[in-house]
Amino acid sequence: MKNEELELIKDGKRLDGRGFDELRPIKIEVGVLKRADGSCYFQLGNNKAIAAVFGPREMHPRHFQDAKMAVVTYRYNMAPFSVDDRKRPGPDRRSVEISKVSREALDPVIIKEYYPKTAIDVYVELLQSDAGTRTAGINAASVALAAAGIPMRDLVSSVAVGKIHGEVVLDLSAKEDNFGQADMPIAMVARTDTITMIQMDGRFTEAEFKRGMELANRGCHQIYELQRAALLDKYSESAELGEE
Amino acid sequence: MGFEVMEDLRKDYVYDLIDSGKRIDGRGFLDYREITVERDAIDKAEGSALVRIGDTAVLVGVKVEPGEPFPDTPNLGVIMTNAELRPGASPDFEPGPPDENSIELARIVDRGIRGSETLDLEKLCIEPGVKVWMTFIDIHILDNDGNLIDAAALGAIASLLNLRIPTERYGLTGDNVLAPRETPVAVSIIEVGGNFLVDPCLYEENAASSKLTVISNADGTLSGLQKSGNGGLKQEQIEAMIAIGIEKGQELREKFLVL
Repeated sequence: MKNEELELIKDGKRLDGRGFDELRPIKIEVGVLKRADGSCYFQLGNNKAIAAVFGPREMHPRHFQDAKMAVVTYRYNMAPFSVDDRKRPGPDRRSVEISKVSREALDPVIIKEYYPKTAIDVYVELLQSDAGTRTAGINAASVALAAAGIPMRDLVSSVAVGKIHGEVVLDLSAKEDNFGQADMPIAMVARTDTITMIQMDGRFTEAEFKRGMELANRGCHQIYELQRAALLDKYSESAELGEE
Repeated sequence: MGFEVMEDLRKDYVYDLIDSGKRIDGRGFLDYREITVERDAIDKAEGSALVRIGDTAVLVGVKVEPGEPFPDTPNLGVIMTNAELRPGASPDFEPGPPDENSIELARIVDRGIRGSETLDLEKLCIEPGVKVWMTFIDIHILDNDGNLIDAAALGAIASLLNLRIPTERYGLTGDNVLAPRETPVAVSIIEVGGNFLVDPCLYEENAASSKLTVISNADGTLSGLQKSGNGGLKQEQIEAMIAIGIEKGQELREKFLVL
């Protein structure tokens, strides 16, 4: 916890050499799984996330069907070997909550009305985790949904901001998260600046909150461009070749 | 199926009403329902409070017992928060393991108390690395007419105000009181057609597409935020909701959380 002092900022730079408003390196690959209808690999620093999307497909059990629209499910899962101390397999309280807020982050952009009585299932696997896993998962899932051909109003982009040594910074690393004073993951539709997920823990003043929102907004716009480029890269090429 | 039609009609009704500046029970948009907080409702618990907000009833009980610290924090006490949506509280609640709603509820309340460092965890240490006080905050939802988070969070902090550490029972010495350092209060605000409403009743909650819970402290700092629901919000909206949350939180604090 916070009972150990660690120097997280030196000469205006963070431990990994980043400025306060810089993201970790990002790598996006579309269509990495053969059997899924849509998939995406998203790497954010040392976070490695894979999202698989299935559907729209028949909803089981049937009593969970919605007669008017598709039901979106989201399962966030951390691999046991993804963290320093082995994580017991299966859902825990943290992953249940993350699954809920991540689903609600994506739900507003999915045009569910097109597919009554069906399920759109999103499975997110964290193969390696290093702070910011829920944001990496949402970024991967958003691209995977698009890759699955699910009608969407837009892409969702997500990033966390936090506070270390009283400074508000973008995209916390694991060390910064462990020793930091606040953490605020955000997801938004970057093009319309609509926030679809916001959580916060730790401590923020109102001014720090506003600064955090500014940084998150900029971060999400950068991520949105990368997501868009990855999709265009994948599908403009296959369109030229006349493939699927 | 029949119920779904009724629900849709009710949603439309609540929505239209709010659109014309009214609420289903005649309150103003920024008015809470009548609130009562009965502290020390349960003698057997080391801290407790029964909170009623309108017809919503939540009982919070805190038990304190010695236990082993986590290996990475050998000199810190432990807080665990759990919520049970008791099946008697609503026809929609089913017996069985906690679902995502009860987990989310407990984790929001927990985050508020943890983020504001309400309890001095170092003072809950009995013997470093061996024994610490484990503080179990159990939230029992008795009746659900909406706004469970605010009621649960208010119950949790009200319970902690009179917390007793049961030293004698375990043959230990030391302080048997631990005054909280902060009084985090949760205020949930729903957005309906561009309007902001506090303390949504169940029908209003169902009509809203997003809800933002704002947890603030006496000095106006935030120690927790959570958006829930399938809607989106603009930054200006979130800022306005936070301002409402801080102001309403202060009102609740002055009314119900004086020592």
